[in-house]
Amino acid sequence: MSIELGNFTAEERAAQEERLRKVWGTPKGLRYWTSVNNSEIGLWYACTAFAFMLFAGGLGLLMRLQLVVPNNNFLSADFFNQAFTLHGTVMMFLFAVPIFEAIAIFLLPSMLGARELPFPRLSAFGYWSFLLGGVFVCGSIFFNAAPNAGWFMYPPLATDEKYSGIGADIWLLGLSFIEVASIAAAVEIIVGIMKCRAPGMRINLMPMFAWYLLIVAGMILFAFPPLIAGDLLFEMERMFDWPFFDVARGGDPLLWQHLFWIFGHPEVYIIFLPAIALMAMIVPTFSQRPIVGYSWIVLAAVGTGFLSFGLWVHHMFATGLPQISLAFFSAASEAVVIPTGVQIFVFVATMLAGRVIFSVPMLFGTGGLIIFVIGGLTGVMVALVPFDWQAHDTYFVVAHLHYVLIGGMLFPVVAGIYYYFPFVTGKKLSDAWGKAAFWLMFTGFNIAFFPMHLSGLRGMPRRVFTYPQDIGWDWFNLISTVGAFVFAAGVATFVIDILRPKPAPSEPNLNPWNSGTLEWTNNPAEDWGMRSVPIISSRYPLWDQPNLQADIEAGRFYLPDAKSGRRETLVTSVLDATPIQCLRVGGTSYVTIVAALALGGVFIALTFKWWIATIICSIITFAAIVTWLWRGTAQIPEAPETDVGLGLKLPIYVSGPASVGWWAMFITMVGDGTAFASLIFGYFFYWTVHDDFTAAAQGPGVVWPITALVLFVAAWGLTLLARQLNEKGPNGARIALVAAIIVTLAACGAGLAGPYLYAMDPTAHVYPATVWIVAIWAVVHGVVGAIMQLYCLARSLAGKMTGEYDQDIRNVALYWHFMAFTAVVTFAVVGLFPLVSA
Amino acid sequence: MKSVIPREVETLWTLFTAPVVWAVHFLVCYVGFAVYCAKALSLHLSFDAVRIGLGVFTLLALAMIVLSAYLAWRQWGYGTGDPPHDAPTRQDRKHFQGFATLLLSGLSFIAVLYMAIPMIFIAECQR
Repeated sequence: MSIELGNFTAEERAAQEERLRKVWGTPKGLRYWTSVNNSEIGLWYACTAFAFMLFAGGLGLLMRLQLVVPNNNFLSADFFNQAFTLHGTVMMFLFAVPIFEAIAIFLLPSMLGARELPFPRLSAFGYWSFLLGGVFVCGSIFFNAAPNAGWFMYPPLATDEKYSGIGADIWLLGLSFIEVASIAAAVEIIVGIMKCRAPGMRINLMPMFAWYLLIVAGMILFAFPPLIAGDLLFEMERMFDWPFFDVARGGDPLLWQHLFWIFGHPEVYIIFLPAIALMAMIVPTFSQRPIVGYSWIVLAAVGTGFLSFGLWVHHMFATGLPQISLAFFSAASEAVVIPTGVQIFVFVATMLAGRVIFSVPMLFGTGGLIIFVIGGLTGVMVALVPFDWQAHDTYFVVAHLHYVLIGGMLFPVVAGIYYYFPFVTGKKLSDAWGKAAFWLMFTGFNIAFFPMHLSGLRGMPRRVFTYPQDIGWDWFNLISTVGAFVFAAGVATFVIDILRPKPAPSEPNLNPWNSGTLEWTNNPAEDWGMRSVPIISSRYPLWDQPNLQADIEAGRFYLPDAKSGRRETLVTSVLDATPIQCLRVGGTSYVTIVAALALGGVFIALTFKWWIATIICSIITFAAIVTWLWRGTAQIPEAPETDVGLGLKLPIYVSGPASVGWWAMFITMVGDGTAFASLIFGYFFYWTVHDDFTAAAQGPGVVWPITALVLFVAAWGLTLLARQLNEKGPNGARIALVAAIIVTLAACGAGLAGPYLYAMDPTAHVYPATVWIVAIWAVVHGVVGAIMQLYCLARSLAGKMTGEYDQDIRNVALYWHFMAFTAVVTFAVVGLFPLVSA
Repeated sequence: MKSVIPREVETLWTLFTAPVVWAVHFLVCYVGFAVYCAKALSLHLSFDAVRIGLGVFTLLALAMIVLSAYLAWRQWGYGTGDPPHDAPTRQDRKHFQGFATLLLSGLSFIAVLYMAIPMIFIAECQR
């Protein structure tokens, strides 16, 4: 099949470009901040994350200054506690994860040949949430109120309000907010990679970066929700004294450790894989050949993604779990070495097979790999239970984790910034400055962190604010501090190189490294991304497809124009990337900022227990989100189909599994389901730790939970009925929706009636607290379900939802599948399990 | 005779079959022993009974992975073409999927074996 490319005269092209500029243009002045374009959001995201990194790095230097000599009193013990807690928290939550979201949002559309990711407003919402939550968490240290119990916040230390003050609440609420932003980014990335690739970019031709990001976004969906569930339990204990982690009332601090590390270990790979993904783009460019072992990289990415979920207990080897359990996690920790090793060998093989150009990005990349391999080897050591018992909570672990994270993440990210700087700005960073930065960072890093292995083996515990003289730690600490400042000098060199004014290149060159991947066709001076959406037939289209650049710029491919005056991008099929829809995405808007700021207000007001402010902010958030959905989603187009160029007409509106909105709902609910599963895990966890997990206390009975279960299932049935009837006409659907809303609300009442009527006191013991929390979880989801039914009813009455244009009801029906599952599991467990276990 | 081998399907999900089997096997082994070690007194089961049960489960998991590997090998065209499978054709896309699935089956097989090792060598809960 050959497709004849478009041919336009110079005037036609100029008119097209004018229209494209008008549609995709970034607003000027203060309204600039209302932009939702991926290039602005990605840039803000990256700069913000980078600023947080510099802040946390500064805290690290303060700690090194305190430890430079024994018995030092440069920092107080409490400030030191705040500093190391914030250092770890900020590096992980405000730098490592967001910077990759930033890079993904910035690069993916260009790499995939899309104009934009499918939900630009969601990205903007995520960014503003991240900024607000981040500033809130970081700012706390200036009020001496920062979290101080370590970045993993172990109870009972962190649940003790006298010790931890408000810091723990700031941590829990500030970060929950950022976790929401991460899940938003995951939805965006998965749907973007699956559905928005350029025509012809089959999955065997996808850039490596996209493969990695797809896996990472999937991991976020399963890793972050357990932490959200843990945060919920934790905050309920701190705010309302529900004893989830209080041993005296049947709680158990180990549940927090499980939930934290089910998140925490995959997290390491969530930040490592995207960094390696950057390497997978850089190495082929500077070896001037395609990557060796494309399928093996897919093996490595998918394999690591899965295996990383079987490692969490290796952070808990010293907690007294049965040794058979420890051995399982030790085995899995050794198994994950295989895929990790594969990807490193793939890079080495690619370099050996090509002619390597040792430019600055390659220096940072290879230097990072060397550091990472050392960290990997100490990782193999601490994955062995007996060794871990010796090294646990010592500086050996501090050394190990910094080798892994700085080698596996920071160095590749710096390599990526050097590599992609011309893509962002059209100008290159300096080679000389880059080399100086590299050698300062590389040597400084090793001088700072290698001695920590030795001080750790000599017994120096982590997180001590000072230490006595002459027990063999003095020199190591002195050397580490010197190294830390050399390392910081390297980072400073890099930052200055970025900030210093640079002359425009004499000859503009869009592809200065002679790369093969699609993103290098984009002109950074234009906001439209791809001038026209090309047909792809190679993994390295710029190397293999002649004239590609010129044809894209001449608008000879799809979507060369913006006649509708709307932002449009192509949706293609998952496997073979055949075009199936012309998707209209959201444009510039205030609503995302309002929604994010108001949601931030909810979390901040909760921290200080300002209940009225919480309620007001919740109402604003709700109103903003409904406005956003009502005005911006599922809009009925002026015509069913539109011309996307090259003689192809595509539908504008699709619903059900073919639509991006359906997938976003599905993905969100998978994450939501994982959080729910974590709560149910908690229920059964308490069952295992106690002989009688109800502590002979009153349960919710059988009648009310089963009533709730039946009513929720009925509401689910009515929602599905409404979806069916809607295809025939609006009246039947409206009646079914009204009935569904009534039944749903009744189900919610029945769900709470059990624990309420049996007077279960959630502060008395962990059993009533657990029953309440899962029941509340289900009922809150029920209320959201009722709001969705009401929304569909309103859309139908307003004529915005018809039999033909039925995205709303189809997405709501999908929500209700998950809702029904949640309700059945919740009420069967709380109603029936006490009978079974008795 | 009707074949018992599933017919070929066109989806991305098959890529994840073997790792999902690993994940299920991992969870069942971990949860199985965690519950057993916490509730041993009330369960009237010996450690060896749990071990044998999970051993059988391990064999089942390995069989599933072998089946996934066979299907992957078929999707790969029984190895008739060599990687890199980078042509812009449906055939190469299928071969790529098959090869990547085959590799993942191999990794999952090894990872399940790793999980079996503790069950061979550790003979009690040992708290």
